[in-house]
Amino acid sequence: MVDFTWWDILRNLLLAARWTVALSLIALVGGGLLGAALLLARLARWPGAATAVSAYVQLFQGTPLLMQLFLAYFGFALLGVNVSAWVAAGLALTLYSSAYLTEIWRGCVQAIPRGQWEAADSLALSFGEKMRHVIGPQALRLAIAPTVGFAVQAVKGTALASVIGFVELTKAGGMITNATFRPFTVYAFVALLYFALCFPLSAWSRSLERKLRRAH
Amino acid sequence: MKESCAVHTELQTEFAHTTATATAIATPATDAVVQITGLRKRYGSNEVLKGIDLQVRRGEVVVIIGKSGSGKSTLLRCVNGLEEFQEGQLQVDGQALRHGHAQAMRELRQHVGMIFQNFNLFPHLSVGRNVMLAPSLVQKRDATTSQAQAKVLLERVGLADKFDAWPDQLSGGQQQRVAIARALAMQPAVLLCDEITSALDPELVGEVLKVVEGLADEGMTLMMVTHEMSFARKVADRVVFMHAGRIHEVGPPEQIFGAPATPELQQFITALH
Repeated sequence: MVDFTWWDILRNLLLAARWTVALSLIALVGGGLLGAALLLARLARWPGAATAVSAYVQLFQGTPLLMQLFLAYFGFALLGVNVSAWVAAGLALTLYSSAYLTEIWRGCVQAIPRGQWEAADSLALSFGEKMRHVIGPQALRLAIAPTVGFAVQAVKGTALASVIGFVELTKAGGMITNATFRPFTVYAFVALLYFALCFPLSAWSRSLERKLRRAH
Repeated sequence: MKESCAVHTELQTEFAHTTATATAIATPATDAVVQITGLRKRYGSNEVLKGIDLQVRRGEVVVIIGKSGSGKSTLLRCVNGLEEFQEGQLQVDGQALRHGHAQAMRELRQHVGMIFQNFNLFPHLSVGRNVMLAPSLVQKRDATTSQAQAKVLLERVGLADKFDAWPDQLSGGQQQRVAIARALAMQPAVLLCDEITSALDPELVGEVLKVVEGLADEGMTLMMVTHEMSFARKVADRVVFMHAGRIHEVGPPEQIFGAPATPELQQFITALH
């Protein structure tokens, strides 16, 4: 029997962790952009946008991420399009993140007092100028903590992509366990690696919040 | 003879206007800065403004008084489109207010300044940036010009040394004076003041009213909703008493306060004492 050292286990997990990071980035950047677009459509009062976005949010918040991954993976196959686990996982996580982020950010925008909107309006600011210079900066400060909170959830959520055969940290952990027969050690490493990804995020958000609370 | 001559010139000017542009025909040739005709506003089935006709001439100070719920703040907020109305016309500087037309609203709002009860300064911008924001964005003034202008305006409201301060470092009276400077930076044709001293501690009311009085003296057109009756008496050219969504009585302050004609106004004035 081949003897695996701790380093062998950790090295292979670290290699797989790259894909967890990549998938998280795709989910957060893609979800962030889409979420922001949905929020702007809603704030600009495009006809039907409020209802459509609200239905979209309900749909993705009301179903398990696992099902969304299955549907993205097998749904495309049903349509005759063969997609890789990469595309399916990236797409499902992007949509999922966008639904949460757009709702989180809407709450932040709504928390800005009405007087700020009215002051910006009466100064003849356009919608874009109002968002960019008055509402946006104030909402951004409120948004940091809940956004990073969700980012941590999203990083952990990528673990589910393992079920459609995407080899990221969790899937790699399972594969290594099958080879080494040391599940506790392997999964302990897996958990530590997730922690190593998430903890700096939370720490960064705390420092950012302090920084944005204007120094004076 | 002199008078008829003046009338003649006015007619000529009017004629020139009408021939110059077709739109001028729709615009009554008066010196009204704000022209409100048959304005009605409803919240659902509740009609809060029941047909308002009001003209504010250039340089005039119009003070609107009335009980809470009489529609006076709503009327003021209609003038720059913060409230939509269902019937009637409203013009500022000859420009019709058109809800839903972003560009038209932007044009109109550049002619109307507004000061709020709660100041509504932008808390994430310094005092100077608060004043500079709209001119540099909307009127595309360059940084140097708008900064110089902001300094002049802050000096005018007695806050020359606060350019770099943050709004939350200022007292209520100072914040309101910054709000006045911010509104003036757009060089509006009319300034709307919506109970601008109601959120202030009594000892700070005076400094704000003094600034407003200075503006009135310099010929600024003002529409004010206020509970400061002694101020209204002193500064107003005309006092408008609103009651139940209508203009109930209008007149010079001496007449409104000294010889109120309707029982509603008599009651309102008695209740003040």
